[in-house]
Amino acid sequence: MEDIIYKILGAILTIITAFVVGITYGGLTRKVIARVQNRVGPKFYQNFFDVLKLLSKRTAINHGVMQHFAPMFIFTSAVTVLMFIPILHDGLFFSNFSFHGDLIFLLYIMPFGPLGMALGAGQTGNPNSAIGVTRGLSQMVGFEIPFVLSLVALMVQFETTSVTEIVNIQVESGVWMIFSNPFAFLAALFAMFGMFRYAPFDIVGAPAELASGPASEFGGKYLAIMMSSSSIFTFAKLVLYVNLFFGGAENLVELLIKTFILYMVPVVYGLVSPRYRTEQSITYFWKWPLALGVIGMIWAII
Amino acid sequence: MNIVKDKKSQHIVDYIKEFARKNSLFVMAYGTGCGAIEIPPTMTSRYDAERFGIRGAATPRQADVLLITGYLAVKTLKRVIRVYEQMQDPKYIIAFGSCTINGGMYFDSYNTINALDRYVPVDVYINGCMPRPEAVIEGFVALQEKIQRGDADNGKKYQENIDWYRENQMKVIKNWNMPDYNW
Ligand code: SF4
Repeated sequence: MEDIIYKILGAILTIITAFVVGITYGGLTRKVIARVQNRVGPKFYQNFFDVLKLLSKRTAINHGVMQHFAPMFIFTSAVTVLMFIPILHDGLFFSNFSFHGDLIFLLYIMPFGPLGMALGAGQTGNPNSAIGVTRGLSQMVGFEIPFVLSLVALMVQFETTSVTEIVNIQVESGVWMIFSNPFAFLAALFAMFGMFRYAPFDIVGAPAELASGPASEFGGKYLAIMMSSSSIFTFAKLVLYVNLFFGGAENLVELLIKTFILYMVPVVYGLVSPRYRTEQSITYFWKWPLALGVIGMIWAII
Repeated sequence: MNIVKDKKSQHIVDYIKEFARKNSLFVMAYGTGCGAIEIPPTMTSRYDAERFGIRGAATPRQADVLLITGYLAVKTLKRVIRVYEQMQDPKYIIAFGSCTINGGMYFDSYNTINALDRYVPVDVYINGCMPRPEAVIEGFVALQEKIQRGDADNGKKYQENIDWYRENQMKVIKNWNMPDYNW
């Protein structure tokens, strides 16, 4: 009985933490971008206002059933992914529902949100949405391959499919995964550039080109749900990366420092980059990241 | 919309809502006239409107504020009305430059409208030909004050007086073939 209560409390706590941290990171990103562009920039808690305002808008857009479901799809997938990642190493509250095969499960469930979004955005009938969706799915084909290769390399190297297990191995041996399999890490890092969709891989939202792509017909509450779920998803992915490659985290402060540093890598890289075209982006992922993933695989086997 | 029954609590809810609305304005910049050239400096490094939570929105569905920057040809007015009707409540309009107030230097032109207020409800006018970025920011601040006071819900006004607005719109737009929106 106590177990269940802990699980439920932990789940609620995890979602709230992920939401708050993800939204704050979004605001900090805006601040960093503004500082680089020599502006003052918004307050770092600006995104909270945005979400609150979007929630308070009266929304009356109707394009069909899937359009109403799409934001729910992304939200569900973001929360599901979050639930199967152990947030803290040895945490009482934060281990959530991670089980022995969760790495494989995560590989399957992570594209679920974008796919649901694709259905919804397709139904809105906006040409920008359709183009955005095609671009997004093609790009996903691009970065999923190095990502899967690097995760499989980890699974082969340590003969486990559990995230908790991988964290334990790193903590016990004291060697982080970026040192014990650097090539897998590099492949996953490049895949992360594609996942977070900052420039040069922002071909889906494509500001000033596609009018925010798949989201272009979603306003008000839907946009709020999409914003918060993408923040949760961002946090979940960051935690997964920290768990896999940076030896997890003992407490929240350590976790925040590690995730923030990791998050700034695509952001800062994006600040100095223009945008790729779709085919350039895909071939980018199929060159070096793919090669690095294969090398990581070979490294894991020998 | 009343979330809670109690009057006093409703007051608090309204205050929070208005505070959030005030501090996060997504702007749909409809660059109609020459005034549009003042928007880039307002948004970029020199005057940086993002400090006030003002941010560009990509599509009318996501926007709160419609910026109409200058004179409107009849053809453009049609698009402005469409954009305005696609926006979600609460929505605001900031009109830019003397051309939107009384026609400005195009007051006797054969194909521009004179007073924008007859076709869509305007919240804040910024006068000048053309207004400088400081004036634009001041206009935004005026809008924020108006929102905080709670009397900036012109979307509702538009819905209530739709007949009057439609009549005026149809008077100038001869080939009226607009779809009906479910805003
Ligand atoms: S008010 Fe002046 S600057 Fe603005 S649109 Fe009219 S003529 Fe151009």
